Amino acid sequence: MALLEIQNVTRRFGEFTAVDGVSIDIQAGEFFTLLGPSGCGKTTLLRMIAGFDLPDGGRIVLNGMDLAERPPEERPVRTVFQSYALFPHMTVEGNIAFPLQMAKTPGTAIPGKVQEALEDVRLTGFGKRYPHELSGGQKQRVAIGRALVTHPTVLLLDEPLAALDAKLREEMQIELINLQKEVGITFVYVTHDQTEALALSHRIAVMNKGRVEQIDEPSRLYSFPASRFVADFIGTCNLLEGAIASSSDGIVAVEVAGLGTVRVAAALPAAPPAGTIALRPEKIRVQAAAAASAAADRPDNHFLGTVTEYLYLGDVTVYIVTTPAGRKLETLLANSGAGRTKFFEVGDAVEVSWPVDAGHFIGQPDRSVSST
Amino acid sequence: MQARARLGRWLVSGPPVLYLLVFFAAPALIMVLASFRTPGDFGGLAPLVEDGRLDLNLDSYARFFTESVYAQIFVKSVWYALLTTLFCLLLAYPLAALIARSAKKHRDLLLLLVILPFWSNFLIRIYAWMIILGPNAALAKTVNGALGWLGHEPVPLLFSSFAVLVCLVYVHLPFMVLPLYANLEKHDRALLDAAQDLGAGAWQRFWRITFPLSLPGVYAGAALVFIPALGIFAIPDILGGPEDSLIGNVIKQQFLETRDWPFGSVLSIVLTVAALVLAGTAAWIGRGSLGTPSSAEVARA
Repeated sequence: MALLEIQNVTRRFGEFTAVDGVSIDIQAGEFFTLLGPSGCGKTTLLRMIAGFDLPDGGRIVLNGMDLAERPPEERPVRTVFQSYALFPHMTVEGNIAFPLQMAKTPGTAIPGKVQEALEDVRLTGFGKRYPHELSGGQKQRVAIGRALVTHPTVLLLDEPLAALDAKLREEMQIELINLQKEVGITFVYVTHDQTEALALSHRIAVMNKGRVEQIDEPSRLYSFPASRFVADFIGTCNLLEGAIASSSDGIVAVEVAGLGTVRVAAALPAAPPAGTIALRPEKIRVQAAAAASAAADRPDNHFLGTVTEYLYLGDVTVYIVTTPAGRKLETLLANSGAGRTKFFEVGDAVEVSWPVDAGHFIGQPDRSVSST
Repeated sequence: MQARARLGRWLVSGPPVLYLLVFFAAPALIMVLASFRTPGDFGGLAPLVEDGRLDLNLDSYARFFTESVYAQIFVKSVWYALLTTLFCLLLAYPLAALIARSAKKHRDLLLLLVILPFWSNFLIRIYAWMIILGPNAALAKTVNGALGWLGHEPVPLLFSSFAVLVCLVYVHLPFMVLPLYANLEKHDRALLDAAQDLGAGAWQRFWRITFPLSLPGVYAGAALVFIPALGIFAIPDILGGPEDSLIGNVIKQQFLETRDWPFGSVLSIVLTVAALVLAGTAAWIGRGSLGTPSSAEVARA
């Protein structure tokens, strides 16, 4: 049985449906992320788990117990707020002791637990400071320490790193992963940042317009997106769509406008009339056109084009290759050639190619929901 | 350039400074001087220089500290002012919290209702209480009807310490509501959510979060109520009985009726010093015991 079961939960605000029939099972000890653009319903869902908002339909069950009748202060769930929400009139120790005092912990046991929590979030020695004397990262740690000190069943984190600068955010991500491993508490993490979600999570639920598009492990989400939305939202993706010309022996051929027939490995019981191939830029091979035509081992899908733009990013370069018919493909090459900065210039004639199993076929309709 | 900046500063701050010097500092110094002088035979002050020597003495101070009736009135005045502050706080806090939590579009209207009494004359509002509390008004008739039914003697509402306190609270209530509202309105809702999330019930959220954070507003409101309430004379004059004379009444009496200016000055100075000492002590105690950072620090955090 899952630790936290979100069963067909719906929340409406007037005409607007913020959360629309969402069902998610979260396992004990899991680092689970709700990922989606702003307004997708992820924060509303989090607030309903915390108890600040109530579902209009469906149930939220924790450890087999329906949470509907329990106000936030009686749920074994803690939240780390985006704004940290530290109490400005209390010291760091006062903030961390607060939930212990609310839980009627004996006064003699509190200092020890507070010190333990300070160690957990690497803030030993900061106990006597007031929140306004701390940096953003330190405030964030106090908020996490305060939420974890009573060992809740589930920790909810609402975009906790959004206010930090990029370098600090990366540090905190690593700390969060280690902390979660250490304490073994189930984390439910909300973010709109897909790289953060991929880096942190055991599993991710991608949400869009109040619905769950896909629930999966990060690598599977990236490699096998279940919908166009997921493919597009997570990472960069070439979406090649068109009518299906044939489907046999586990190979689907799609007629893509401006490109031609693209083959992709997909076993379809019944071929839909049309579909989309999600093709990641780094899966495409780019070669100078002259060199490529001679290659005997070239993959099934190969097309000629011209480099029309590039973005030099240091370790990698993004090349936009345009076919004679005007179709743009985004490709990505590591700048790994010895003694040179990058491979191509604007105007170079190139051949792009990829094997049948490089892309991922997404059938119609667009809105497919899968879960593992 | 610097000279021009300095000139600009003087031009800006000069008029208010000059005003305060002429109409506050100078009269205060004159009063301090008067407290050491001898009253004139027909009121006012005796000449400062008599028979070639300066006539300054501590007689009026000695009188204040030897005749216990003045100290008693002082204590009573402080007591009334404290009660007024307490009742104002108890009434104003829920009101200010209600306004701070109501929808933004209603707040201006509610605040307007709080300050609406200021549009009418202070004395007229006090006289209105004579009618409300008068023996023939519905309130007195109801109260005394109920008392009679219980077999109790009828009580006069007007010309009593009850009337004085009711009116003191009524007059000073807005001075408590406004600073409290200004404070409560700035509170971050997320702090209450966090407290609730961390297990705090409604009472704990108020007592551990809202109230300590509102203390700067409480102090400001208490000072704005306590200090004027301590020196007030019009309300006991109009609504009080003979027992309800407060220090403000005595000072007024010394200046206008008895015309003993040195003694009136002594009473005024003692009143000012007492107000400063009490307010300072309260602020110091409040800061020390609660260990709160100053409001400026809270605002920065």
